[in-house]
Amino acid sequence: MAAHLPYEYIYLRYKKKFPHVWCPGCGIGIVMGSIIRAVDTMNWDMNDILLVSGIGCTSRMPVYLDFNTLHTTHGRALAFGTGAKLANPALKVIAVMGDGDALAIGGNHLIHSARRNIEITTIIVNNNNYGMTGGQFSPTTPPGTFTATTPYGMMEPGFDICSLAQGAGAVYVARGTVYHVMELDKLIAGALEKPGFSVVEVLAPCPTNFGRANRLGDAVKMMESLRDGTITQVQAEKLPPEERVGKTVRGVFLDREDSEGYTARYARLCEQAAGGVSGK
Amino acid sequence: MSGVPWGETRLVQGNEAVALGALAAGIDFFAGYPITPSTEVAEILAREMPLTGGKWIQMEDEIASVSAIIGASLAGARVLTATSGPGFSLMQEGLGYACMTEVPIVIVNVMRAGPSTGLPTQVSQGDVMQARWGTHGDHPVIALAPCSVEECFNLSIRAFNLAESFRTPVILLPDEIIGHMRERFTFPKQDELQVLPLSEPNVPVEWYEHYHQTASGVSPMARFGRGYRFHVTGLTHDVHGFPTRRIDEVVPKMNRLKQKITRRLDDLEQNEIHGVDESSVVVFAYGSVFRSAMAARDILAKKKKKIGVFRPVTIWPFPDRTVKEKLDNKDVIVVCELNQGQLIHEVERLTSDSVRVVPMQRYDGYGITPEQIVSKVMEVS
Ligand SMILES: Cc1ncc(C[n+]2csc(CCOP(=O)(O)OP(=O)(O)O)c2C)c(N)n1
Ligand code: SF4
Repeated sequence: MAAHLPYEYIYLRYKKKFPHVWCPGCGIGIVMGSIIRAVDTMNWDMNDILLVSGIGCTSRMPVYLDFNTLHTTHGRALAFGTGAKLANPALKVIAVMGDGDALAIGGNHLIHSARRNIEITTIIVNNNNYGMTGGQFSPTTPPGTFTATTPYGMMEPGFDICSLAQGAGAVYVARGTVYHVMELDKLIAGALEKPGFSVVEVLAPCPTNFGRANRLGDAVKMMESLRDGTITQVQAEKLPPEERVGKTVRGVFLDREDSEGYTARYARLCEQAAGGVSGK
Repeated sequence: MSGVPWGETRLVQGNEAVALGALAAGIDFFAGYPITPSTEVAEILAREMPLTGGKWIQMEDEIASVSAIIGASLAGARVLTATSGPGFSLMQEGLGYACMTEVPIVIVNVMRAGPSTGLPTQVSQGDVMQARWGTHGDHPVIALAPCSVEECFNLSIRAFNLAESFRTPVILLPDEIIGHMRERFTFPKQDELQVLPLSEPNVPVEWYEHYHQTASGVSPMARFGRGYRFHVTGLTHDVHGFPTRRIDEVVPKMNRLKQKITRRLDDLEQNEIHGVDESSVVVFAYGSVFRSAMAARDILAKKKKKIGVFRPVTIWPFPDRTVKEKLDNKDVIVVCELNQGQLIHEVERLTSDSVRVVPMQRYDGYGITPEQIVSKVMEVS
């Protein structure tokens, strides 16, 4: 039987933990598939991989994957992950979070993890709202759109996740969508290869909440919107500015080589300290 | 100075003794956020730990600090954070998570006067109930209250051992006076110490249950990255760690969390009792207040007045059995605390109406003096 299963099943706790909790048409499962395929290219031992998450629909992902898995508290995935990575730098730490998890309650941990350049691959599933609690607005809800807590339209501006990550010090920053899956596999693989703090924002539909509240159609329709509403960086360069309006750009925005990861730097600090180098 | 000065006699500060106790216990990982009056713990460890490859990190806040030590503990480290009231409030989220997921961590909360920012540099014992019930939901708690520099060192080590042996958070609760006082202290020799090794499962990987049911309620814990792949969640979980809502799994989990403490009370209980059996008047005190109680006892002895002194060292779980046995036949118990009345309710709960339980409280940021206790005792007996 198992011989006929796709290789992705090697990584799934498929005998124990399925069916999963996500709604039909939800984008999170596609992100999980991409993570599996990207990890598969790395030739890592599954025993060395730690998948850490916060709380939310996205953060339910760890239970389904046969790594070391840590489902923490809302917003804290990176703080738990920082502790685990520093305690055992051999661990390959991947954090998955929703947009509320990563940017609202966990925003402080996100910017400080980026600043430290702790070696964690961070994947943020941006579905423009709080899925798990029933579709309230999040820091990435587009102005004017409707959610359970913006009945008159969103009045706050949102965060641009990729700009925030770059500004805070991440060394690899990319954006993909669950429509462009093969591209997403590559973006995530690029992030996994990076020995520093990397961020991949993944645009994904939440048809149950955000989709319904804004009459965006069914899951298929929302996928088509990802196809039609996003462009690659190359396309963006070619388009005249007026045609770029309203399009979200996909691709790798930053890939720096000049910054040493936190645990590598810490190891050097210990050597210096043991060798008698001190500020005092 | 470098490392623990084994066997040497020194003038040592309470917070310093906590830090050196942690080093003696083999701490591998510290994460914290600066707050008075606990900063010395972090500062000493920042200097000492990198010398031997220990991991030390200052996080962006206390929520991150407690989260980081839980992550580190799961990844195989012996872990500590240190804080005070406002930071301890922020740590309640992680404290509950560690209780639920049964991850050994040690939190030092050097108590200062609250609520809120309160009196940042001044003493209090106002966090006793927060240590017990600060995080939401039913949960087990172990909290220890040292009364001297020597005890800061010894209880720091004990806190790590208890955390490991019970797979639960342990809170060390020195009050500010104890954290900041200096005393002469002779460090033990290294071979005099008992430090529990971190537990390791010895079953084949496919047999491993992260929350295996045992007689004591505690099972050896695997760590990330050593071949046992397991799931950890703050959701109520089954023996493997996976979320469950089945009543026949939820109830055993909740019962085990409680019973792993209640079944081993003898391993936890620690009291210091002076002349209680011979006296009809007893002063109940802990932390710095105990020192004043002992001084008051000497003053009163000179006045030919005999009192007993009862001090819980482990304040959570509260020593119910011993308090009932030793104090329920007294005329008067004076409960001295640096708060508006916290442990006094425990004493009242355990004693009959015939016993007069009298409060002696101070919450102005200063310690209770021996003279205050003397006059209170004279007043009520
Ligand atoms: C401290 C705390 N506050 C609030 C919640 C309730 N809560 C659970 S998930 C969630 C937001 C989820 O949204 P997001 O992070 O965007 O993830 P999604 O569900 O959309 O994947 C909230 C507010 C919580 N669990 N903990
Ligand atoms: S609520 Fe939205 S994000 Fe959550 S599972 Fe359903 S579709 Fe996905």
